[in-house]
Amino acid sequence: MTLRRLARPITLVLLTAVVLYPLVWMFGSSFKAQSEVLNNMSIFPDEWTPANYTAGWTNFDVSFGRFFVNSALVAGLTVVANCVSCLLAAYAFARLKFRLRGFWFAIMIGTLLLPGHVLIVPQFVMFKTFGWVGGDWPYAPLIVPQLLATEAFFVFLMVQFMRGVPRELDEAATIDGCTPYGVFRHVILPLSRPALVSTAIFSFIWTWNDFFRQLVYLSDLEKYTAPVALTLFIDSSGQSSWGPMFAMSVLSLAPVFLFFVAFQRMLVEGINTSGLKG
Amino acid sequence: MATTTARPSPTAPTTGPAATRRGRPARHKAEGTAGYVFLSPWLLGLLTITAVPMLMSLYLSFTNYDVLSDWESMEWVGLDNYRTMFTEDPSFWHAVQTTLTFALVATPLKLAAALGVAVLLNRSFTGAGLFRGLFYLPSLLGGSVALAIVWVSMFNRDGAVNSFLGWFGIEGKAWVNDPDYALGTLILLAVWQFGAPMVIFLAGLKQVPVELYEAAEVDGAGPVRKFLSITLPMLSPVIFFNLVLETINGFQGFTSAFVLSNGTGGPVDSTLMYTLHLYIKGWNEYQMGYASAMAWVFLLAIGLVTAVVFRTGRFWVHYSDGED
Repeated sequence: MTLRRLARPITLVLLTAVVLYPLVWMFGSSFKAQSEVLNNMSIFPDEWTPANYTAGWTNFDVSFGRFFVNSALVAGLTVVANCVSCLLAAYAFARLKFRLRGFWFAIMIGTLLLPGHVLIVPQFVMFKTFGWVGGDWPYAPLIVPQLLATEAFFVFLMVQFMRGVPRELDEAATIDGCTPYGVFRHVILPLSRPALVSTAIFSFIWTWNDFFRQLVYLSDLEKYTAPVALTLFIDSSGQSSWGPMFAMSVLSLAPVFLFFVAFQRMLVEGINTSGLKG
Repeated sequence: MATTTARPSPTAPTTGPAATRRGRPARHKAEGTAGYVFLSPWLLGLLTITAVPMLMSLYLSFTNYDVLSDWESMEWVGLDNYRTMFTEDPSFWHAVQTTLTFALVATPLKLAAALGVAVLLNRSFTGAGLFRGLFYLPSLLGGSVALAIVWVSMFNRDGAVNSFLGWFGIEGKAWVNDPDYALGTLILLAVWQFGAPMVIFLAGLKQVPVELYEAAEVDGAGPVRKFLSITLPMLSPVIFFNLVLETINGFQGFTSAFVLSNGTGGPVDSTLMYTLHLYIKGWNEYQMGYASAMAWVFLLAIGLVTAVVFRTGRFWVHYSDGED
């Protein structure tokens, strides 16, 4: 009986150890001396040293801090763009009656399943024709699509959320003389805060972790974001760069980790409600 | 929607018949206009970021466009790109094989892990929420370059995995440099991120009526029988949802393969995911026409796979509300 009762906690603890080991090991290893970074499987360094961090930070002609600033810029602008554009589209889908609404909604759901890789070639060609690729500010191709609500997942998430907002509120506002714009401003916008917060957090994390699009559009070292810069360590991969590479990897995961600690419950539940109720 | 439009009518007589005639259509019209005003960014995006590029890529797939030279030197080559892809590019078939292996092995393993752990956690006990959060963490971080780097280093010849195996006297390999094992390490990385589907399973498990289990217990069913006869069928819509989502994700794996092979798909094309091959063709070899053709084949393949999954879903997905 006691053995059976203990089976579950023991399994869970072992599983936690396996699942967390890579993360904890990575953190510990980033403080190890060069000689033990790879092969010391202990999560604790024999000797703690911050050398990898200073080496990684200054490893390239451009300071790694610059890459983080670039990443933050792209992620921050994406957050704002997604929140604004997806909220507008979601309000139309969830609350307004207009011609062809069902048709457009079906198309929106269709784009939800459309793999991003299919469009990357022509989008690249198009943005290059516009002269947006390279140049002084190469981030436009990463931001402009988000300004146009192309992240269908968030439109869908907000539509689902707004369906839960009682319609009586809209009606009351309408009777009080609100136009559809007024209803949006005074009813939907303030009540959509939870959906906006999850959109903001998920956009941030996904953009921060995104690699493919940033790799495709960024070609100038100074404009690199953190993930693209991290791959440079692999290019120059002698044994010697593992330590600094680990250190910068740890730093690049830190914001997402902090978000996780701060919003754990919301993140876990957020993915739930957005995913399931469809 | 119907209630919104019906509601004003009782009050209408007080404002006079003229207002009724004019007021209601006017509001409809205003709402219709507002609908398109709010939808306009999305519509513009659909047109410029999705629809036009899609047609453009279809057109490019019949050309030899290379980005570097100007449009005038672009030539119509008919089906050449498609013909080359299927008959003259061995790497294409390696990419197809790698991607299929990856998606078909990683997805079931990941879902099995997710379901198993979800069942373990589906009980209220102290720390359940904490475990749920911790298991979810890899899903949040796992798609990043940083984690792929750590993963690859762990499976390196001198890496931590081999140190661990050394304890048991097993001599390790350079897993990531061995064509037989490199893809396996990427599959493990994908399975490790079982947290996202797990969370969705957990939500599904909460919806299964407890009475079913109680009734089964009365009938003398053991835990295995309960799992097979109640949990699995009741959860089948959620399993289906996760299966569709994770399969599509699996086909699009890119980052980990790029990091492991330093963007080459090696060793010996063993980690050449389809998207990586597409990237190499488009951005290393500047064959944008060819890459466009690859993108269209990819789209059709994913559409086909999704259709097959939906088709088979009819046979094993049960909806408890009776809508089949």
